[in-house]
Amino acid sequence: MKKTYKIDVDCANCANKMEEATKKTPGVKDATVNFMALKMKVEFEDGADVDAVMQNVIKNCKVVEDDCQIFI
Amino acid sequence: MNKKQKNLLIRVISAGVMMAVLMLLPLDDKPICRFALFMIPYLTVGYDILRKAFKGIMNRQVFDENFLMGVATIGAMALGEYTEGVAVMWFYQIGELFQSYAVGKSRQNISDLMDIRPDYANIEEDGQIEKVDPDDVEVGSTIVVNPGEKVPIDGVIIEGHTTLNTAALTGESIPADVQVGDEVISGCVNMTGVIKIETTREFEESTASKILDLVENATSRKSKSEQFITKFAKVYTPAVCYSALALAVLPPIIRLVIGMQPMWGDWIYRALTFLVISCPCAIVVSIPLSFFGGIGGAGNQGILIKGSNFMETLSQVKTVVFDKTGTITKGNFVVSGVHHSTMEDKKLVELAALAEAHSSHPISRSLQEAYGKPLDLGRVSDVTEYSGEGVVAVVDGKQVAAGNLRLMKRLGITAEDCHKVGTVVHIALDGEYAGHILIADELKGNAREAMKALAKAGVRRTVMLTGDKENVAQAVASEVGISEYHAGLLPADKVGHVEKLLASSTEKDRLAFVGDGINDAPVLGRADIGIAMGALGSDAAIEAADVVLMDDDPLKIAKAIRIAKKCMRIVYENIYFAIGVKLACLLLGALGIANMWLAIFADVGVMVICVLNAIRCLMVKNL
Repeated sequence: MKKTYKIDVDCANCANKMEEATKKTPGVKDATVNFMALKMKVEFEDGADVDAVMQNVIKNCKVVEDDCQIFI
Repeated sequence: MNKKQKNLLIRVISAGVMMAVLMLLPLDDKPICRFALFMIPYLTVGYDILRKAFKGIMNRQVFDENFLMGVATIGAMALGEYTEGVAVMWFYQIGELFQSYAVGKSRQNISDLMDIRPDYANIEEDGQIEKVDPDDVEVGSTIVVNPGEKVPIDGVIIEGHTTLNTAALTGESIPADVQVGDEVISGCVNMTGVIKIETTREFEESTASKILDLVENATSRKSKSEQFITKFAKVYTPAVCYSALALAVLPPIIRLVIGMQPMWGDWIYRALTFLVISCPCAIVVSIPLSFFGGIGGAGNQGILIKGSNFMETLSQVKTVVFDKTGTITKGNFVVSGVHHSTMEDKKLVELAALAEAHSSHPISRSLQEAYGKPLDLGRVSDVTEYSGEGVVAVVDGKQVAAGNLRLMKRLGITAEDCHKVGTVVHIALDGEYAGHILIADELKGNAREAMKALAKAGVRRTVMLTGDKENVAQAVASEVGISEYHAGLLPADKVGHVEKLLASSTEKDRLAFVGDGINDAPVLGRADIGIAMGALGSDAAIEAADVVLMDDDPLKIAKAIRIAKKCMRIVYENIYFAIGVKLACLLLGALGIANMWLAIFADVGVMVICVLNAIRCLMVKNL
């Protein structure tokens, strides 16, 4: 399953870091962060609990870039 | 400016004022007081950088710009260079502010350019009109579009007629007239009359949504230069930090060993300069910004490029392969001549159109179009169709035979052959030869100019593939100026031909295939870059192609290549300029020639220049 989220982040490099962090989160199959459109596309693994996974994604993103937001 | 930016602006201004005042005060003999006073503007302008750097260290994400700036400025303060410490932070924040403003502006620009997202739909139910979210409209609903409104969902007109402005979709400024029965696509702006539309798709599947989706996701497909930058930044920052450390520690130790003055302060100052210069923001920000601008600008011209990687490939196209029908020719067959007619040309066309009236063959449609008036079917009787040959019918009491040479042979009539290229319909009236009508595929208006423009854009080889006969292919090729053509191909042969051409091209010598999106998805996929044209409303083409031309103007191919070239040129300019200036300054810094002020230029100045350069990618209208 794929979902798109709006995000807010200040720099392109930070967006790349968020992408890396999201990809490493369990339950996420693939993710792309589009800095210019300020959007994040997350592909979840089959049977993953989307809400729980996204909570972890937010946590992981905050670690690499404190000043980021993901609007769920 | 958003709230964050305004906040930062206020901090930058107030810190600037404080600095100016402090520099005027006679504080040289009160060191503690001086330090305390300078900390005020320093913290005002840079507290968030320090906080981020600290958090980064806590989260084991040590090496980033914040860390570089934090260390450099704290170091400068520790050495007693208060003015420079504050100045570095101050300029860095100005750079950040500028960059964030520029990115926001181009984001805004592009969403304005691609202003095709409809906000609402007027749905009609039981005579009542209700404004709803386009997402909630089901297929088969009736929606009303008033003048000035955007068509929210793809559909067919069931009532009214109007003029549609498709500029936002295709870049084409001439409006299109539409009436009952015509298909309309979402994103067009209704200009004159009220129309009622029966929707044929859901909002998500409609053209406007698909295009927006495509443009917004385009930058997720990263080009080689972007991947390079990502990798570069990963290695670069730690490398610079360690070099700075080495620069601060090693030379003084060596000097101590060989019995010279260590000059710690001097070398630490050089190391700090080194750190400030090295900040990678200029490249990391400007490269994605260039691609975003280029893709957005192209989108505004009706050229959808599906990713930065395709932008890169497109700029290296040296061979363009065309699938003739739909790209060079219009793909609609029209009467292009009447020869050897024993009666008025118009009369002959009329007879042929009537005789073929019952056939659904494309040829009969072209004849009807050439006739131009509604057919009175009462004048036609006793129709006999000879499959693959033509028809014989009685029109106005006379026997009319219309068909190819074989039909004439069957009826024992000697026909005049035509030496022009196209499909020939021979007509016989009551057993007597009455002349023939030539039907040919029309060349697109600017097919010739398109080939010239391609050559100018650096394309060295143009190839035409077609399923048509040799003589048709040759005529078209020489007419538009294509040197190489292959005729009589089945769709499967086209893939083979493209593969052969691909095998003979090199890495920097890319091949583009241009098709009309009908039946050529495999070839579009096989080429280095697949360009579908006239693809408005055709899902298959939008799916399969890497570059989608919204209208069917062949000149757009060259334009797409020019846009890609400009964009890539800007990307490389920025890479070379930024890395070049930084390396030069790093060297000067290590030798002790560059001071903190030059370092600030190498960081913030280069970034500002690169971002301004990147913004030029948006300006492609008159390219």
